[in-house]
This record gives sequence, structure tokens and C-alpha cells, in this order.
Amino acid sequence: MSRNNGSKNPFHGFWALTNRELKKWYKEPFILFISIVQPVIWMGLFGKAMNINAMFTNNPNIPPEFANQIMRQTFGTSDYFSYMAVGILSFVSLFTTMFSGMSIVWDRRLGFLNKVLSTPVARSSIVLSKVMSATIRSLIQASIVLGIAFLFGLQTGPSFTPLNILGVFAATFLICIGLSSIFLLIGIRSTRWETQMAVMNLLNLPLMFTSNSLFPISTMPDWLQIIAKVNPLTYTSDAVRQLLLYETDVAQLLFDFTYLGIFAAVFASIGIVLSWKYLSK
Amino acid sequence: MTEDVISAEGLTKVFNKSLVAVDHVNFYVTEGEIFGFLGPNGAGKTTTINMLITILKPTEGTASVCGYDIVKQASMVRNVIGVVPQEYTADEDLTGYENIILCADLYGIPREVSKKRAFELLELVELTAFKDKKVETYSGGMRRRLELACGLINRPRVLFLDEPTLGLDVQTRAATWNYIKLLKKEFGMTLFMTTHYLEEADALCDRIAIIDYGKIVVVGSPGDLKNALGGDIITLSIQEDADISGLVEKIDNVKEVRKQNGMYWIKAENGEITAPIVIEVLRRKGYAVTRLSLTKPTLDEVYLDYTGRSLRDVEESKESFRAHRRTLRRSRRR
Repeated sequence: MSRNNGSKNPFHGFWALTNRELKKWYKEPFILFISIVQPVIWMGLFGKAMNINAMFTNNPNIPPEFANQIMRQTFGTSDYFSYMAVGILSFVSLFTTMFSGMSIVWDRRLGFLNKVLSTPVARSSIVLSKVMSATIRSLIQASIVLGIAFLFGLQTGPSFTPLNILGVFAATFLICIGLSSIFLLIGIRSTRWETQMAVMNLLNLPLMFTSNSLFPISTMPDWLQIIAKVNPLTYTSDAVRQLLLYETDVAQLLFDFTYLGIFAAVFASIGIVLSWKYLSK
Repeated sequence: MTEDVISAEGLTKVFNKSLVAVDHVNFYVTEGEIFGFLGPNGAGKTTTINMLITILKPTEGTASVCGYDIVKQASMVRNVIGVVPQEYTADEDLTGYENIILCADLYGIPREVSKKRAFELLELVELTAFKDKKVETYSGGMRRRLELACGLINRPRVLFLDEPTLGLDVQTRAATWNYIKLLKKEFGMTLFMTTHYLEEADALCDRIAIIDYGKIVVVGSPGDLKNALGGDIITLSIQEDADISGLVEKIDNVKEVRKQNGMYWIKAENGEITAPIVIEVLRRKGYAVTRLSLTKPTLDEVYLDYTGRSLRDVEESKESFRAHRRTLRRSRRR
């Protein structure tokens, strides 16, 4: 009897594990639906209800051209909805990647992780497959949300071309790689999903509000500005705005991408190194 | 030592610097045998298996599997072993077939080979009809069979089974034993298993090691271990009122005779051969045997003899209790 198992590709198993996670998701359209509804609710309610444009344009004491100028100076665009709809893309990435940390905790608890560890799959593939599946999920969700944002009246800026959408995907890709690596690192040793849940609850809103996703940094107090300038979500939102809403500032856009690239590379590397060390106890 | 499929020398695992789960165990497993670790929960069985399948690093000592060192050549070990874990690890959201293919991909088996093997294995464990059903609809026995199939997808030289029938009812357990025997016959591998069911060790294993508090207390075939207890027990009574102890004691193979409540309690080797001789000897002397029963010693007595405790009443750690309960709950699902 042949025991030859064939392939010696060092990445074998990586796509199988990634696909396993994705299957769970695309086989349950309800989960996809829920994960889309949440950001859409934010966008629809928060973005539309908080009609910042109207604060100025409906004010008889402010001449309309001033109102427009104030909006442009603060938000870089005259339409607050467009500003925050872009921020919601960061929100989608953040919330989706958070669950990658949960899935490793469950895999450990249910014994699936142990089974995978007893096979010749590269330890780094185990972690990277989770990063990849969360990233793919985020990208798909983000594109649906972006489509809905256009339907809701997202106004593109002067530099916008359909090609810029690729840049939006690139920025979302990088932030997702980095974020899901972080959340996986938090969950890598844990067997208690309660802990993971608590960490997620603790981090999600602060991470959102300490970035420029919903409000510009320039109006924040100094101490908050410092935090916001470290927060990688700031650079995702800025990159996406540069691509979709603003008259693109190429230097700033390059800086955004460099920051995101370094962020993704550093945390993915830490993820790989720690997976060698910590996946097995 | 190199011909042994598994050999462990001074294998030790200490958790949190104080809890000695496995304490300098030495053993070997030869090609083609079914070797069992028998002991209560928390005795160190699963810890030992986890070290052998390279998901736990030993604190001290080492072992080799198929000639590969479990620490230095872990990835070589992973290629030649199959694992059927204690818990049901199949992904509930996927179908049985998808689960097997997933396992195959983890070993890097090309798709054309893995498809063929998957169908073959599904046929062997009689899950072909359910292959496209989600695993969450499977019963305990079916899940166990699926785990067996997954563990064999890479044609392992050694298959590790951790508590293969935990939580199954008696019939399903016996059926699972048959599947294990069938698969062993089909693929001719070496089996290393742990169990805390004495019947299971007795039914399946060629040799067993009784493990208690992380130490191996005795190794041997179930038969040898039972014989070492001193043989079978024959109890008989006769019509007459005479004392026949002296007479019976002289018979070959009889080791001890006691008279209790008018019955004779005889410890003898090869009870089924000795008992007729006893009857014959007594008949010749004019005694009539009115009742006779023969009891074979069970592994339970062996276990009791070596550990001083019965296997039934050992408490478990919280963690393993939780895992067990989960497995039990899922195995009951119909």
C-alpha cells in the first residue's frame, strides 16, 4: 500500500484552512446579511441623522459660501455623510477582524486546533489562514457597504476615477491584515472565549473614536490627536478619503500606505513568530 | 531499539513547574501491535499521547515515533502518524466529505489522491450515505467513525487513538471496536490508544500499560496481566459433609483452596481445564459435586491490584471534566 502523500508544498493546507473559515460564512447568508446590516445602520442613522451640513447651511446668519468653506476646512468635503460613510469602511474592517481572534479560541476549545497541530501544516499557515479569511471577508463586506454608500448618496471628489476603488481595496487589505493579526495574538493562548469577548468589547469603540473615522483629527484636543495619529484606522480612512473624496494629495496618500504597510507587515510577522512559539503549549 | 515503532525514554511533562502529569515513563511499541494506555482520567494518558503526536513538548526525556525524534524531527513525525483525538474535532458546519478532504489538504495530499481515499474510507466506515450531510446532524458513533476516517487519510504508519469510544453507548462502542479492527486489518498500521474502559483494553489491545499518577505501573498483555493475578477462581460445593481441601490442593494447577460458608473457593490456573479435573478427582473418591462456577479475573481486578483503587471512582480536573462533558453531550445527539 502506497503511503506516498505527494505534495511537499510548504504552504499546503493554507488555502484549505482559509477556505474552511470562508465556507462557514458564505454557506450562511444570514451571517453575511447581519454583518452588512450593522455598518449600514450606522451609516444610515448616524451619517444621515447627524446632518452637520445642515447646521451651517440652514443657519440664516451664515452665508452659504461660508458654510461650504467651513465644511471643507473641517472635513475636507462639503458633505458629512460622504465623510463618515468612508469611515464606516474602517468600522467594517475592525469588526470583522475582531472575530478572527474568537475563532482561534473556539478552535482550541473544540480540539480542532490540536488536530491541525498534529498534522504537518506549517504553524504559520494556521495563523495566516485566519488572517487571510478575515481579510477576504472584510474586503467583500466593505465593497458591499461601499456600494450601499454610493446608493445613499456618497459624493465622490474631483480626483476620483473608478481605478481608485482598487486603492480602497488595497488600504482595506492592509488594515485587515494588521488588525486580524493583533486580535489573533490576543487569542492565541486563550481557551476562554469570555476573555476574548471582553477584550473585543473594550477595544472596538475606543479604536473607532480615537481615529478620524467619524470626526476629523484637527478638531480633537491635543492628547487625543496624539492617539489618533498612532491609530492605524486613521490612515485607512484618510487613504480612502484621498482616493474617493478629496483632491488627492499624493504625498499624504503615499504616507498613509507606507504607514499601513508597515503596520500590516509588523503585526503579521509577530503573528508568524509567535505561532511557532505559542500555538502548542 | 530502532525497530520499535514508538519508544519513549524518561518521557516527562510538568505543567506550571509543579504538576507532574507524566513522570519519567519508558515504553516501546512494536510494529503492527495495538498498544493501550489504561488508566483513570488525569493519569497522564492524554498528556503522553499529546507529546507523542508533537503538540506538547516534553519537559524532560524524549521519544521517537517511526525512528523520528518527537522534538527534533516533529514535522517528520507528523507526516507518518494519524490522530483520532478524544474530542469530536470535525467541523460541524462542514459535511463529512468536506471534513475528510480538509484533513487530506492539511497533509498536502493532492486532490486526485485524496478524493479516491475519501470515498474509500467513507465506504469502510459506512458513512457514504451521509457524506453530504453536515456533521452537526451526525450521531456520536458516526462522528467517531468520521474521526477514524480523517485519522487514516494520510495512510499513517501509526494511528493514535485517544479514548476512542468515550461517551458512546455499549452497542456503538462494540461497533466502533469492530471498525477499529477492520481498519487495522485493511491498513496494517500500528495502533497506540488510551482508554479508561477495561473492556476496551481487553477487547482491542495486544499489550497494555497501566498508568497511574503519571507513572507506568505495569506493562503486559491483558492475558498475562490477568494470569499474574494467580489464575481463575473456581467455586464449588459437594453433597457430602467432608473436608476436601487437602485433596483438591494436590491437583496440578491449583494454587489455593479455602472453605467459605460451605463452599470451596479454589484459585487455579487455566480454570477451564482444571475444573473438570477437580470434578473427576472428587467423583473417583466418591464425592458428588452439586454446584460449580468458574470466574475469569478481569482487568478490573488487575487494575485494583496494581493501583489499589477501582477505575470507576477517580475524580477529574475541571478542564477535562468540561471537555468530557462536551464530548458526551455531542455523542448522545441523535
